[in-house]
Amino acid sequence: MTAVTYPRVVASELTKLHSLRSSRLSFLIALGLVVGLGVLVPWLSVADWNDGAPTAGYNAVERSLSGIYLAQIAFGVLGAMVITGEYATGSIRSTFAAVPRRLPVLWSKLGVFLTATLVLGTIASVLAFTVGQAIFSSKHVDASFADPHVLRAVLGCGLFLAAMGVFGLALGALLRNTAAAITTLTLVLFVVPTIVDVLPKGDKIGPYLPSAAGLMITTVSPSGPLGAWGGFGLLCAYVAATIAIAAVLLVRRDA
Amino acid sequence: MIEANELTKRYGAKTAVDGLSFTVRPGVVTGFLGPNGAGKSTTMRMIVGLDAPTAGEVTVDGARYRDLPAPLHRVGALLEARSIHPGRSAANHLLALAQTHGISRARVNDVIKLVGLQQVARKRAGTFSLGMGQRLGIASALLGDPDTLVLDEPVNGLDPEGIHWIRTLLRGLAEEGRTILVSSHLMSEMALTADHLIVVGRGRVLADCSTEDFIAQASPAVVRVRSPHATRLRELLSAEGVTIGSDGPGVLEVAGLSTDAIGERAAAEGLTLHELSSRHASLEEAFMELTRDAVEYEAGA
Repeated sequence: MTAVTYPRVVASELTKLHSLRSSRLSFLIALGLVVGLGVLVPWLSVADWNDGAPTAGYNAVERSLSGIYLAQIAFGVLGAMVITGEYATGSIRSTFAAVPRRLPVLWSKLGVFLTATLVLGTIASVLAFTVGQAIFSSKHVDASFADPHVLRAVLGCGLFLAAMGVFGLALGALLRNTAAAITTLTLVLFVVPTIVDVLPKGDKIGPYLPSAAGLMITTVSPSGPLGAWGGFGLLCAYVAATIAIAAVLLVRRDA
Repeated sequence: MIEANELTKRYGAKTAVDGLSFTVRPGVVTGFLGPNGAGKSTTMRMIVGLDAPTAGEVTVDGARYRDLPAPLHRVGALLEARSIHPGRSAANHLLALAQTHGISRARVNDVIKLVGLQQVARKRAGTFSLGMGQRLGIASALLGDPDTLVLDEPVNGLDPEGIHWIRTLLRGLAEEGRTILVSSHLMSEMALTADHLIVVGRGRVLADCSTEDFIAQASPAVVRVRSPHATRLRELLSAEGVTIGSDGPGVLEVAGLSTDAIGERAAAEGLTLHELSSRHASLEEAFMELTRDAVEYEAGA
Protein backbone atom coordinates (compact mmCIF):
# COMPACT_ATOMS: atom_id res chain seq x y z
CA MET A 1 0.00 0.00 0.00
CA THR A 2 1.26 3.44 -0.93
CA ALA A 3 0.95 6.51 1.25
CA VAL A 4 0.67 10.23 0.63
CA THR A 5 4.13 11.85 0.52
CA TYR A 6 5.37 15.34 -0.35
CA PRO A 7 6.98 14.36 -3.69
CA ARG A 8 3.68 12.72 -4.68
CA VAL A 9 1.58 15.75 -3.80
CA VAL A 10 4.05 17.93 -5.71
CA ALA A 11 3.69 15.67 -8.78
CA SER A 12 -0.07 15.93 -8.48
CA GLU A 13 0.01 19.73 -8.28
CA LEU A 14 2.31 19.87 -11.29
CA THR A 15 -0.20 17.79 -13.26
CA LYS A 16 -3.01 20.08 -12.16
CA LEU A 17 -1.12 23.23 -13.16
CA HIS A 18 -0.22 22.17 -16.68
CA SER A 19 -3.41 20.24 -17.45
CA LEU A 20 -5.57 23.38 -17.48
CA ARG A 21 -5.77 25.33 -20.70
CA SER A 22 -6.66 28.48 -18.75
CA SER A 23 -3.46 28.39 -16.69
CA ARG A 24 -1.28 27.74 -19.73
CA LEU A 25 -2.95 30.69 -21.47
CA SER A 26 -2.55 32.99 -18.46
CA PHE A 27 1.17 32.16 -18.26
CA LEU A 28 1.51 33.02 -21.91
CA ILE A 29 -0.24 36.38 -21.44
CA ALA A 30 1.90 37.24 -18.40
CA LEU A 31 5.09 36.43 -20.29
CA GLY A 32 3.83 38.25 -23.37
CA LEU A 33 3.41 41.39 -21.27
CA VAL A 34 7.00 41.30 -20.02
CA VAL A 35 8.58 40.56 -23.39
CA GLY A 36 6.08 42.57 -25.44
CA LEU A 37 6.49 45.78 -23.47
CA GLY A 38 10.23 45.06 -23.29
CA VAL A 39 10.24 45.43 -27.07
CA LEU A 40 7.56 48.09 -27.45
CA VAL A 41 8.84 50.66 -24.94
CA PRO A 42 12.46 50.75 -26.23
CA TRP A 43 11.20 50.74 -29.82
CA LEU A 44 8.89 53.73 -29.19
CA SER A 45 11.66 55.49 -27.26
CA VAL A 46 14.06 55.06 -30.13
CA ALA A 47 11.52 55.98 -32.79
CA ASP A 48 10.69 59.17 -30.91
CA TRP A 49 14.30 60.00 -30.26
CA ASN A 50 15.12 63.72 -30.44
CA ASP A 51 18.09 64.71 -32.52
CA GLY A 52 21.26 65.27 -30.62
CA ALA A 53 23.26 63.49 -28.01
CA PRO A 54 21.57 61.00 -25.63
CA THR A 55 20.85 62.22 -22.16
CA ALA A 56 23.54 61.27 -19.68
CA GLY A 57 22.43 58.47 -17.33
CA TYR A 58 19.57 57.38 -19.56
CA ASN A 59 17.84 54.48 -17.85
CA ALA A 60 17.83 51.94 -20.63
CA VAL A 61 17.60 49.01 -18.17
CA GLU A 62 14.34 49.93 -16.50
CA ARG A 63 12.75 51.02 -19.78
CA SER A 64 13.26 47.54 -21.21
CA LEU A 65 11.80 45.96 -18.05
CA SER A 66 8.68 48.13 -17.74
CA GLY A 67 6.44 45.16 -18.60
CA ILE A 68 6.69 43.95 -15.02
CA TYR A 69 4.33 46.72 -13.81
CA LEU A 70 1.47 45.07 -15.66
CA ALA A 71 2.80 41.54 -15.42
CA GLN A 72 2.80 41.69 -11.60
CA ILE A 73 -1.00 41.71 -11.59
CA ALA A 74 -1.13 38.95 -14.23
CA PHE A 75 1.15 36.75 -12.12
CA GLY A 76 -0.85 37.55 -8.98
CA VAL A 77 -4.17 36.69 -10.65
CA LEU A 78 -2.74 33.47 -12.01
CA GLY A 79 -1.49 32.56 -8.53
CA ALA A 80 -4.88 33.27 -6.97
CA MET A 81 -6.65 31.14 -9.55
CA VAL A 82 -4.39 28.17 -8.87
CA ILE A 83 -6.38 27.69 -5.67
CA THR A 84 -9.62 29.68 -6.05
CA GLY A 85 -10.32 27.72 -9.23
CA GLU A 86 -10.50 24.60 -7.07
CA TYR A 87 -12.89 26.21 -4.62
CA ALA A 88 -15.11 27.58 -7.40
CA THR A 89 -15.44 24.20 -9.12
CA GLY A 90 -15.64 22.05 -6.00
CA SER A 91 -12.53 20.10 -7.02
CA ILE A 92 -10.96 21.21 -3.72
CA ARG A 93 -13.11 18.47 -2.12
CA SER A 94 -11.39 15.81 -4.23
CA THR A 95 -8.04 17.37 -3.39
CA PHE A 96 -8.62 17.45 0.37
CA ALA A 97 -10.22 14.00 0.43
CA ALA A 98 -6.97 12.68 -1.10
CA VAL A 99 -4.75 14.76 1.19
CA PRO A 100 -6.84 15.31 4.34
CA ARG A 101 -4.02 16.99 6.25
CA ARG A 102 -4.33 19.78 3.66
CA LEU A 103 -1.09 21.65 4.42
CA PRO A 104 0.95 19.46 2.03
CA VAL A 105 -1.41 20.71 -0.69
CA LEU A 106 -0.70 24.35 0.14
CA TRP A 107 3.08 23.88 0.38
CA SER A 108 3.14 21.86 -2.85
CA LYS A 109 1.03 24.40 -4.72
CA LEU A 110 3.34 27.17 -3.48
CA GLY A 111 6.47 25.21 -4.41
CA VAL A 112 5.28 24.28 -7.89
CA PHE A 113 3.94 27.74 -8.66
CA LEU A 114 6.98 29.54 -7.24
CA THR A 115 9.32 27.41 -9.34
CA ALA A 116 7.25 27.88 -12.50
CA THR A 117 6.94 31.66 -12.10
CA LEU A 118 10.58 32.07 -11.13
CA VAL A 119 11.83 30.17 -14.17
CA LEU A 120 9.40 31.73 -16.64
CA GLY A 121 9.59 35.23 -15.11
CA THR A 122 13.40 35.15 -15.23
CA ILE A 123 13.49 33.92 -18.82
CA ALA A 124 11.00 36.63 -19.86
CA SER A 125 12.96 39.35 -18.05
CA VAL A 126 16.29 38.32 -19.57
CA LEU A 127 14.64 38.16 -22.99
CA ALA A 128 13.01 41.60 -22.57
CA PHE A 129 16.30 43.10 -21.41
CA THR A 130 18.33 41.56 -24.22
CA VAL A 131 15.94 42.59 -26.99
CA GLY A 132 15.40 46.02 -25.45
CA GLN A 133 19.11 46.73 -25.25
CA ALA A 134 19.58 45.59 -28.83
CA ILE A 135 17.07 48.25 -29.84
CA PHE A 136 18.71 50.89 -27.65
CA SER A 137 22.12 50.07 -29.09
CA SER A 138 21.15 51.95 -32.25
CA LYS A 139 21.31 55.13 -30.15
CA HIS A 140 24.29 53.90 -28.11
CA VAL A 141 22.43 54.16 -24.79
CA ASP A 142 22.23 50.42 -24.23
CA ALA A 143 23.31 48.80 -20.97
CA SER A 144 24.89 45.38 -20.49
CA PHE A 145 24.97 42.73 -17.77
CA ALA A 146 28.54 43.82 -17.05
CA ASP A 147 27.40 47.25 -15.88
CA PRO A 148 27.02 47.66 -12.10
CA HIS A 149 23.77 46.31 -10.61
CA VAL A 150 22.27 45.45 -14.00
CA LEU A 151 22.36 41.69 -13.48
CA ARG A 152 20.70 42.10 -10.07
CA ALA A 153 17.98 44.33 -11.54
CA VAL A 154 17.18 41.96 -14.41
CA LEU A 155 17.16 38.78 -12.32
CA GLY A 156 15.33 40.80 -9.66
CA CYS A 157 12.41 41.11 -12.09
CA GLY A 158 12.03 37.33 -12.07
CA LEU A 159 12.17 37.32 -8.27
CA PHE A 160 9.66 40.15 -8.06
CA LEU A 161 7.18 38.47 -10.42
CA ALA A 162 7.47 35.14 -8.61
CA ALA A 163 6.87 36.86 -5.27
CA MET A 164 3.75 38.57 -6.68
CA GLY A 165 2.50 35.25 -8.04
CA VAL A 166 2.92 33.62 -4.65
CA PHE A 167 1.25 36.65 -3.01
CA GLY A 168 -1.76 36.06 -5.27
CA LEU A 169 -1.81 32.36 -4.37
CA ALA A 170 -1.70 33.17 -0.66
CA LEU A 171 -4.57 35.65 -1.04
CA GLY A 172 -6.51 33.03 -2.98
CA ALA A 173 -5.96 30.43 -0.25
CA LEU A 174 -7.05 32.96 2.35
CA LEU A 175 -10.17 34.29 0.58
CA ARG A 176 -11.16 31.12 -1.36
CA ASN A 177 -12.92 33.18 -4.01
CA THR A 178 -11.52 34.39 -7.32
CA ALA A 179 -13.26 37.77 -7.41
CA ALA A 180 -12.39 38.56 -3.78
CA ALA A 181 -8.75 37.58 -4.28
CA ILE A 182 -8.31 39.60 -7.49
CA THR A 183 -10.07 42.63 -5.99
CA THR A 184 -7.86 42.51 -2.90
CA LEU A 185 -4.76 42.11 -5.04
CA THR A 186 -5.71 45.10 -7.20
CA LEU A 187 -6.45 47.18 -4.11
CA VAL A 188 -3.09 46.36 -2.58
CA LEU A 189 -1.07 46.83 -5.76
CA PHE A 190 -2.76 49.84 -7.39
CA VAL A 191 -5.44 51.51 -5.27
CA VAL A 192 -3.72 51.72 -1.88
CA PRO A 193 -0.52 53.29 -3.35
CA THR A 194 -2.64 55.95 -5.12
CA ILE A 195 -4.45 56.82 -1.88
CA VAL A 196 -1.26 56.82 0.17
CA ASP A 197 0.30 59.10 -2.41
CA VAL A 198 -2.13 61.94 -1.66
CA LEU A 199 -1.99 61.52 2.13
CA PRO A 200 -0.07 64.23 4.06
CA LYS A 201 2.69 61.85 5.15
CA GLY A 202 2.20 59.61 2.12
CA ASP A 203 5.79 59.86 0.94
CA LYS A 204 6.90 58.37 4.24
CA ILE A 205 4.58 55.33 3.99
CA GLY A 206 4.69 54.77 0.23
CA PRO A 207 8.08 53.01 0.03
CA TYR A 208 6.91 50.41 2.56
CA LEU A 209 3.92 49.24 0.50
CA PRO A 210 4.36 45.74 -1.00
CA SER A 211 4.70 46.64 -4.67
CA ALA A 212 6.89 49.71 -4.18
CA ALA A 213 9.15 47.85 -1.75
CA GLY A 214 9.42 44.82 -4.02
CA LEU A 215 10.19 46.90 -7.11
CA MET A 216 13.41 48.18 -5.48
CA ILE A 217 15.21 45.02 -6.53
CA THR A 218 14.36 45.68 -10.19
CA THR A 219 15.99 49.12 -10.27
CA VAL A 220 19.63 49.79 -11.04
CA SER A 221 19.96 52.49 -8.40
CA PRO A 222 17.23 52.01 -5.76
CA SER A 223 15.89 55.17 -4.17
CA GLY A 224 14.21 55.40 -0.80
CA PRO A 225 14.97 54.01 2.63
CA LEU A 226 14.97 50.25 1.95
CA GLY A 227 17.53 49.48 -0.75
CA ALA A 228 17.22 46.67 -3.30
CA TRP A 229 17.30 43.66 -1.01
CA GLY A 230 15.68 45.40 1.96
CA GLY A 231 12.69 46.30 -0.21
CA PHE A 232 12.40 42.83 -1.69
CA GLY A 233 12.80 41.35 1.80
CA LEU A 234 9.87 43.45 3.00
CA LEU A 235 7.70 42.21 0.10
CA CYS A 236 8.67 38.64 1.03
CA ALA A 237 7.69 39.35 4.64
CA TYR A 238 4.23 40.55 3.53
CA VAL A 239 3.84 37.41 1.41
CA ALA A 240 5.04 35.13 4.22
CA ALA A 241 2.58 36.70 6.66
CA THR A 242 -0.30 36.19 4.22
CA ILE A 243 0.75 32.56 3.71
CA ALA A 244 0.91 31.98 7.47
CA ILE A 245 -2.65 33.22 8.02
CA ALA A 246 -3.89 31.23 5.02
CA ALA A 247 -2.20 28.06 6.34
CA VAL A 248 -3.75 28.38 9.79
CA LEU A 249 -7.24 28.91 8.32
CA LEU A 250 -6.82 26.17 5.71
CA VAL A 251 -6.56 23.49 8.40
CA ARG A 252 -9.33 24.95 10.56
CA ARG A 253 -12.07 25.74 8.09
CA ASP A 254 -14.53 23.28 6.57
CA ALA A 255 -13.77 22.67 2.91
CA MET B 1 -16.34 -0.28 9.21
CA ILE B 2 -17.57 3.26 9.81
CA GLU B 3 -18.48 4.23 13.36
CA ALA B 4 -20.19 7.47 14.31
CA ASN B 5 -20.44 8.38 17.96
CA GLU B 6 -22.70 11.26 19.02
CA LEU B 7 -21.69 13.00 15.80
CA THR B 8 -22.91 16.60 15.81
CA LYS B 9 -22.52 19.50 13.38
CA ARG B 10 -23.87 23.00 13.93
CA TYR B 11 -23.66 25.88 11.48
CA GLY B 12 -24.32 28.91 13.66
CA ALA B 13 -27.76 28.41 15.19
CA LYS B 14 -28.71 25.65 12.76
CA THR B 15 -28.04 22.06 13.78
CA ALA B 16 -27.46 19.95 10.68
CA VAL B 17 -26.45 16.74 12.44
CA ASP B 18 -27.72 16.15 15.95
CA GLY B 19 -25.87 13.47 17.93
CA LEU B 20 -25.83 10.69 15.31
CA SER B 21 -24.53 7.31 16.44
CA PHE B 22 -24.39 4.40 14.04
CA THR B 23 -22.14 1.65 12.71
CA VAL B 24 -21.75 0.77 9.05
CA ARG B 25 -20.63 -2.87 8.76
CA PRO B 26 -18.57 -4.53 6.05
CA GLY B 27 -20.03 -7.05 3.63
CA VAL B 28 -23.37 -5.37 3.06
CA VAL B 29 -24.68 -2.29 1.30
CA THR B 30 -25.93 0.17 3.91
CA GLY B 31 -28.47 2.71 2.75
CA PHE B 32 -28.35 6.15 4.32
CA LEU B 33 -31.87 7.38 3.85
CA GLY B 34 -33.57 10.61 4.68
CA PRO B 35 -35.44 13.54 3.20
CA ASN B 36 -33.55 16.54 1.83
CA GLY B 37 -31.86 18.49 4.62
CA ALA B 38 -31.76 15.49 6.98
CA GLY B 39 -28.00 15.83 7.40
CA LYS B 40 -26.88 12.99 5.10
CA SER B 41 -24.39 15.01 3.05
CA THR B 42 -23.00 16.78 6.11
CA THR B 43 -22.45 13.42 7.81
CA MET B 44 -20.67 12.08 4.74
CA ARG B 45 -18.49 15.19 4.54
CA MET B 46 -17.51 14.61 8.17
CA ILE B 47 -16.65 10.96 7.44
CA VAL B 48 -14.05 12.07 4.87
CA GLY B 49 -12.73 14.95 6.97
CA LEU B 50 -13.99 17.84 4.83
CA ASP B 51 -16.09 19.21 7.68
CA ALA B 52 -14.99 19.01 11.31
CA PRO B 53 -17.66 17.81 13.77
CA THR B 54 -18.85 20.32 16.37
CA ALA B 55 -19.02 17.42 18.83
CA GLY B 56 -18.62 13.66 18.76
CA GLU B 57 -16.52 11.81 16.21
CA VAL B 58 -16.62 9.48 13.28
CA THR B 59 -13.95 6.90 12.47
CA VAL B 60 -13.15 4.55 9.62
CA ASP B 61 -11.71 1.24 10.80
CA GLY B 62 -11.05 2.89 14.14
CA ALA B 63 -9.08 5.86 12.81
CA ARG B 64 -10.11 9.42 12.04
CA TYR B 65 -10.00 10.03 8.28
CA ARG B 66 -7.52 12.86 8.74
CA ASP B 67 -5.07 10.46 10.40
CA LEU B 68 -5.07 7.91 7.57
CA PRO B 69 -1.66 7.81 5.85
CA ALA B 70 -3.21 6.69 2.54
CA PRO B 71 -6.88 7.73 2.65
CA LEU B 72 -7.73 6.85 -0.96
CA HIS B 73 -6.77 3.23 -0.31
CA ARG B 74 -9.07 3.07 2.70
CA VAL B 75 -12.08 5.17 1.75
CA GLY B 76 -13.44 6.09 -1.66
CA ALA B 77 -15.89 8.96 -1.67
CA LEU B 78 -18.38 10.39 -4.13
CA LEU B 79 -19.70 13.64 -2.74
CA GLU B 80 -22.87 15.51 -3.59
CA ALA B 81 -22.00 18.29 -6.01
CA ARG B 82 -19.40 17.63 -8.66
CA SER B 83 -15.92 17.70 -7.22
CA ILE B 84 -14.16 18.00 -10.56
CA HIS B 85 -12.59 20.97 -12.37
CA PRO B 86 -14.54 21.39 -15.63
CA GLY B 87 -11.43 22.57 -17.48
CA ARG B 88 -9.49 19.37 -16.86
CA SER B 89 -9.91 16.08 -18.72
CA ALA B 90 -11.26 13.05 -16.91
CA ALA B 91 -7.92 11.28 -17.34
CA ASN B 92 -5.93 14.20 -15.90
CA HIS B 93 -8.36 14.62 -12.99
CA LEU B 94 -7.87 10.96 -12.08
CA LEU B 95 -4.11 11.15 -12.70
CA ALA B 96 -3.71 14.13 -10.34
CA LEU B 97 -5.59 12.22 -7.63
CA ALA B 98 -3.64 9.02 -8.30
CA GLN B 99 -0.30 10.82 -8.07
CA THR B 100 -0.93 11.91 -4.47
CA HIS B 101 -0.81 8.21 -3.51
CA GLY B 102 1.67 6.98 -6.11
CA ILE B 103 -1.10 5.03 -7.86
CA SER B 104 -0.06 3.92 -11.36
CA ARG B 105 -1.36 5.22 -14.69
CA ALA B 106 -2.42 1.65 -15.44
CA ARG B 107 -4.84 1.78 -12.50
CA VAL B 108 -6.17 5.13 -13.79
CA ASN B 109 -6.88 3.48 -17.14
CA ASP B 110 -8.48 0.51 -15.37
CA VAL B 111 -11.02 2.63 -13.48
CA ILE B 112 -11.78 4.65 -16.63
CA LYS B 113 -12.64 1.36 -18.34
CA LEU B 114 -14.54 0.10 -15.31
CA VAL B 115 -16.94 3.05 -15.39
CA GLY B 116 -17.14 3.05 -19.19
CA LEU B 117 -15.58 6.45 -19.92
CA GLN B 118 -12.83 5.30 -22.37
CA GLN B 119 -14.32 7.27 -25.28
CA VAL B 120 -14.35 10.60 -23.43
CA ALA B 121 -11.41 10.28 -21.02
CA ARG B 122 -9.41 12.94 -22.91
CA LYS B 123 -12.30 15.40 -23.08
CA ARG B 124 -12.72 18.24 -20.62
CA ALA B 125 -15.00 17.22 -17.75
CA GLY B 126 -17.00 20.42 -18.27
CA THR B 127 -18.48 18.92 -21.42
CA PHE B 128 -19.79 15.86 -19.54
CA SER B 129 -23.46 15.08 -18.95
CA LEU B 130 -24.67 14.63 -15.37
CA GLY B 131 -24.48 10.86 -15.76
CA MET B 132 -20.93 10.94 -17.15
CA GLY B 133 -19.94 13.25 -14.29
CA GLN B 134 -21.33 10.71 -11.81
CA ARG B 135 -19.38 7.94 -13.50
CA LEU B 136 -16.18 9.99 -13.26
CA GLY B 137 -16.94 10.61 -9.57
CA ILE B 138 -17.36 6.87 -9.03
CA ALA B 139 -14.09 6.25 -10.89
CA SER B 140 -12.38 8.68 -8.46
CA ALA B 141 -13.89 6.80 -5.52
CA LEU B 142 -12.68 3.42 -6.81
CA LEU B 143 -9.19 4.66 -7.78
CA GLY B 144 -7.42 3.48 -4.63
CA ASP B 145 -9.32 0.16 -4.50
CA PRO B 146 -10.63 1.11 -1.04
CA ASP B 147 -12.23 -1.16 1.58
CA THR B 148 -14.85 1.44 2.33
CA LEU B 149 -17.02 3.43 -0.07
CA VAL B 150 -19.06 6.49 0.83
CA LEU B 151 -21.35 7.52 -2.00
CA ASP B 152 -23.72 10.49 -1.81
CA GLU B 153 -26.71 10.02 -4.15
CA PRO B 154 -24.73 7.98 -6.69
CA VAL B 155 -27.71 7.23 -8.94
CA ASN B 156 -28.44 10.93 -9.31
CA GLY B 157 -28.54 11.74 -13.02
CA LEU B 158 -27.93 8.19 -14.19
CA ASP B 159 -30.17 6.59 -16.80
CA PRO B 160 -31.89 3.25 -16.03
CA GLU B 161 -28.95 1.34 -17.52
CA GLY B 162 -26.57 3.36 -15.33
CA ILE B 163 -28.69 2.78 -12.22
CA HIS B 164 -28.69 -0.96 -12.88
CA TRP B 165 -24.93 -0.83 -13.43
CA ILE B 166 -24.24 0.90 -10.13
CA ARG B 167 -26.57 -1.42 -8.22
CA THR B 168 -24.72 -4.45 -9.57
CA LEU B 169 -21.36 -2.80 -8.90
CA LEU B 170 -22.22 -1.99 -5.27
CA ARG B 171 -23.60 -5.50 -4.63
CA GLY B 172 -20.42 -7.02 -6.06
CA LEU B 173 -18.20 -4.74 -3.96
CA ALA B 174 -20.17 -5.59 -0.81
CA GLU B 175 -19.86 -9.31 -1.54
CA GLU B 176 -16.09 -8.84 -1.63
CA GLY B 177 -16.41 -7.79 2.02
CA ARG B 178 -16.21 -4.03 1.61
CA THR B 179 -18.08 -1.49 3.71
CA ILE B 180 -20.51 0.51 1.59
CA LEU B 181 -22.57 3.51 2.64
CA VAL B 182 -24.91 4.92 0.00
CA SER B 183 -27.19 7.87 0.58
CA SER B 184 -30.50 8.50 -1.09
CA HIS B 185 -33.75 10.29 -0.51
CA LEU B 186 -35.61 7.62 -2.50
CA MET B 187 -36.92 4.71 -0.44
CA SER B 188 -37.75 2.71 -3.55
CA GLU B 189 -34.14 2.93 -4.75
CA MET B 190 -32.77 1.88 -1.37
CA ALA B 191 -35.17 -1.07 -1.09
CA LEU B 192 -33.54 -2.49 -4.23
CA THR B 193 -29.91 -1.67 -3.39
CA ALA B 194 -29.43 -1.74 0.37
CA ASP B 195 -29.32 -4.67 2.79
CA HIS B 196 -29.30 -2.43 5.82
CA LEU B 197 -30.86 0.98 6.37
CA ILE B 198 -29.98 3.95 8.51
CA VAL B 199 -32.89 6.36 8.28
CA VAL B 200 -32.28 9.95 9.40
CA GLY B 201 -34.46 13.03 9.73
CA ARG B 202 -33.48 16.45 11.05
CA GLY B 203 -30.05 15.20 11.93
CA ARG B 204 -31.22 12.29 14.09
CA VAL B 205 -31.35 8.53 13.55
CA LEU B 206 -34.99 7.43 13.07
CA ALA B 207 -34.32 3.79 12.25
CA ASP B 208 -31.25 1.54 12.05
CA CYS B 209 -32.14 -1.99 10.94
CA SER B 210 -32.08 -4.41 8.03
CA THR B 211 -34.09 -3.36 4.99
CA GLU B 212 -36.27 -6.45 5.51
CA ASP B 213 -37.09 -5.52 9.11
CA PHE B 214 -37.72 -1.93 8.16
CA ILE B 215 -40.24 -2.98 5.55
CA ALA B 216 -41.91 -5.50 7.88
CA GLN B 217 -42.05 -3.03 10.75
CA ALA B 218 -43.15 -0.05 8.77
CA SER B 219 -45.81 -1.91 6.86
CA PRO B 220 -47.02 -5.13 8.54
CA ALA B 221 -48.09 -7.80 6.11
CA VAL B 222 -51.80 -8.08 5.52
CA VAL B 223 -53.40 -11.13 3.94
CA ARG B 224 -56.22 -10.47 1.55
CA VAL B 225 -58.77 -13.27 1.40
CA ARG B 226 -61.66 -13.40 -1.05
CA SER B 227 -64.22 -16.11 -0.40
CA PRO B 228 -67.95 -16.76 -0.87
CA HIS B 229 -67.87 -17.97 2.77
CA ALA B 230 -66.42 -14.75 4.17
CA THR B 231 -68.72 -14.63 7.20
CA ARG B 232 -67.89 -18.18 8.31
CA LEU B 233 -64.24 -17.63 7.62
CA ARG B 234 -64.23 -14.53 9.82
CA GLU B 235 -65.56 -16.57 12.77
CA LEU B 236 -63.07 -19.34 12.08
CA LEU B 237 -60.03 -17.06 12.00
CA SER B 238 -60.99 -14.83 14.92
CA ALA B 239 -58.46 -15.22 17.72
CA GLU B 240 -56.27 -13.16 19.98
CA GLY B 241 -53.64 -11.20 18.04
CA VAL B 242 -55.55 -11.41 14.81
CA THR B 243 -57.32 -8.41 13.37
CA ILE B 244 -59.75 -8.79 10.56
CA GLY B 245 -61.04 -6.01 8.41
CA SER B 246 -62.96 -5.89 5.19
CA ASP B 247 -63.06 -3.58 2.21
CA GLY B 248 -66.04 -5.07 0.45
CA PRO B 249 -68.45 -7.97 0.47
CA GLY B 250 -66.69 -11.31 0.38
CA VAL B 251 -63.27 -9.77 1.10
CA LEU B 252 -61.28 -10.02 4.34
CA GLU B 253 -58.05 -8.24 5.27
CA VAL B 254 -56.34 -10.39 7.88
CA ALA B 255 -53.36 -9.23 9.94
CA GLY B 256 -51.60 -11.63 12.30
CA LEU B 257 -51.90 -14.86 10.33
CA SER B 258 -49.83 -16.18 7.46
CA THR B 259 -51.31 -17.17 4.10
CA ASP B 260 -50.33 -20.80 4.92
CA ALA B 261 -52.29 -20.82 8.22
CA ILE B 262 -55.39 -19.29 6.63
CA GLY B 263 -55.32 -21.65 3.64
CA GLU B 264 -54.96 -24.75 5.81
CA ARG B 265 -57.77 -23.80 8.19
CA ALA B 266 -60.09 -23.01 5.29
CA ALA B 267 -59.27 -26.36 3.66
CA ALA B 268 -59.93 -28.22 6.93
CA GLU B 269 -63.42 -26.73 7.00
CA GLY B 270 -63.93 -27.21 3.28
CA LEU B 271 -64.33 -23.50 2.60
CA THR B 272 -63.72 -22.22 -0.93
CA LEU B 273 -61.14 -19.44 -1.39
CA HIS B 274 -61.03 -17.31 -4.54
CA GLU B 275 -58.02 -15.31 -3.50
CA LEU B 276 -55.33 -15.63 -0.85
CA SER B 277 -52.54 -13.06 -1.13
CA SER B 278 -50.22 -11.12 1.14
CA ARG B 279 -49.40 -7.51 0.48
CA HIS B 280 -47.39 -4.67 2.04
CA ALA B 281 -48.17 -1.00 2.24
CA SER B 282 -45.93 0.80 -0.23
CA LEU B 283 -42.42 1.43 1.04
CA GLU B 284 -42.59 5.04 0.01
CA GLU B 285 -45.65 5.42 2.26
CA ALA B 286 -43.86 3.78 5.17
CA PHE B 287 -40.84 6.03 4.71
CA MET B 288 -42.94 9.18 4.48
CA GLU B 289 -44.86 8.14 7.57
CA LEU B 290 -41.61 7.68 9.49
CA THR B 291 -40.05 10.96 8.40
CA ARG B 292 -43.22 13.04 8.37
CA ASP B 293 -42.23 15.11 11.40
CA ALA B 294 -38.65 15.37 10.25
CA VAL B 295 -39.13 16.91 6.83
CA GLU B 296 -37.13 20.09 6.53
CA TYR B 297 -38.91 21.81 3.66
CA GLU B 298 -42.53 20.95 3.34
CA ALA B 299 -44.62 21.94 0.37
CA GLY B 300 -47.30 24.43 1.31
CA ALA B 301 -50.84 23.09 1.36
